[in-house]
Amino acid sequence: MNFTEVAVIGGGPAGLSAARSAAEAGANVTIFDRNSRLGGQLIKQTHRFFGSEKEYAGERGIRIAGILEEGVTAERITIKRNTTVLGIYEDGVITFSENGRYDKITAEKVIIATGASEKQILFENNDLPGVYGAGAVQTLMNLYGVLPGSRVLMVGAGNIGLIVSYQLLQAGVHVEAVIEASYKIGGYLVHASKLRRYGVPILTRTSIKAAVGEEEVEGAIISNVDKDFNFIEGTERQLDVDTILLATGLSPLNELIVNVGCKQRYIPELGGMTALRDESLETTVPGVYVAGDVASIEEASSAILEGIIAGTSAAIEMGFISEKAHRDREEAILRLNALRAGETGRKIREGMKKALTEREKSNVV
Amino acid sequence: MRIKEHPILDRSENRKSISFSFEGKEYEGLEGDTIASALSANGIRVLRDHGGRKRGFFCAIGNCSSCLMEVNGRTNVRVCTELLRDNMDIRRQDDKGSIFGGVER
Ligand SMILES: Cc1cc2nc3c(=O)[nH]c(=O)nc-3n(C[C@H](O)[C@H](O)[C@H](O)COP(=O)(O)OP(=O)(O)OC[C@H]3O[C@@H](n4cnc5c(N)ncnc54)[C@H](O)[C@@H]3O)c2cc1C
Repeated sequence: MNFTEVAVIGGGPAGLSAARSAAEAGANVTIFDRNSRLGGQLIKQTHRFFGSEKEYAGERGIRIAGILEEGVTAERITIKRNTTVLGIYEDGVITFSENGRYDKITAEKVIIATGASEKQILFENNDLPGVYGAGAVQTLMNLYGVLPGSRVLMVGAGNIGLIVSYQLLQAGVHVEAVIEASYKIGGYLVHASKLRRYGVPILTRTSIKAAVGEEEVEGAIISNVDKDFNFIEGTERQLDVDTILLATGLSPLNELIVNVGCKQRYIPELGGMTALRDESLETTVPGVYVAGDVASIEEASSAILEGIIAGTSAAIEMGFISEKAHRDREEAILRLNALRAGETGRKIREGMKKALTEREKSNVV
Repeated sequence: MRIKEHPILDRSENRKSISFSFEGKEYEGLEGDTIASALSANGIRVLRDHGGRKRGFFCAIGNCSSCLMEVNGRTNVRVCTELLRDNMDIRRQDDKGSIFGGVER
């Protein structure tokens, strides 16, 4: 059977960084990505990134994807595009479909970096065509140049909701409103201000009650909510929109984690069900690591750093002797801690603590 | 609908057009389109029927299986990631489709 020393599943910022780090330390690496293009979510992000300069803040996401891709051109790295990993078995066999052809491979270390999926929320008719994930529409517009509709309601005023709303405006789509159930806007003020300058109302303490339409979205009913998020009677109103976008959070894309048998726990601070891991990001299954959004819903900069940690750790664990790997690992841990310091990182820090202590309790050697 | 002008993305590129059929009618898409983006560009949002409910795509990156359709007689094709090719025969899928693939209609 085919063999690779390190299998990296997912070619987003986490997977590309992990592959590069492991290869630099001397390991032979195979990257699997189901997409034809590497870069994960970055390939559709036309906005300039926030975060720290070392992780390319100030650059547009699409450009960062290019920089990361240039980092995985080493001969030791095999790239399998259009390849979906289907399963990882107890005996270490990884099955995948490469351009529709089924195949198998074994690996000494596996780094799972599959990213996240957008959350659906409950409301009447939430399955009508025209109700889309906000990230989905970002893909549709920025990768394929296609518009989702002509009048949009955005649900959720976190960074994704704000950024995609602005990108809709840039593409010439009318954004009727951004609604947010909480009492305050979750995303950064810079993004919110851009929308306000276009005259788009951002309505806090407001949520969606129903999508209207027979076969597809023809409107939306929104309503005010109280501090416990209950609808306030008599405040319903109908908006004339043909598209409803949900920017209501992401959850780890964890099928492979379940499949390989990593212990998981529901940790809301990290985005939901997520693998227990140690500081090297190794899960409860020896030799299997997680990195990026699949480990905790954060951002590209933390995904890059986690990739470095997982990639260097895997190589060091395999016995590759590289001073650089040790240095890179230490530096990535420090930078990640710095990134998660302060008020905005508090939630993540608390979640991480849970994932780490639970992992210790589960007592695996 | 397609984006014609964009402040950041270059939309001036000349993509080859690709013809396909949807529910027996002829349509045009562009090279590089997924089936879902080509349908969307033609204003088609209802992709399948699921127990009497209409469904469109939801995630657009191959995660959620909301967009399964019948393509060239093959069922359960995730059209949000499957690239459009010349002369594809694309049909709405009824529930799980037929396990025998090619559906006679
Ligand atoms: C609208 C939006 C705006 C954002 N803005 C910012 C920002 O300004 N700054 C910032 O730092 N972050 C931002 N982010 C977040 C950032 O994009 C993500 O945190 C980051 O992409 C996570 O990286 P990742 O490598 O973990 O996952 P992803 O980028 O999601 O990559 C995962 C990869 O795995 C592949 N994959 C999944 N399953 C399989 C499988 N079974 N087999 C093979 N391949 C598979 C996918 O195709 C994908 O390429 C934003 C996100 C969105 C949606």
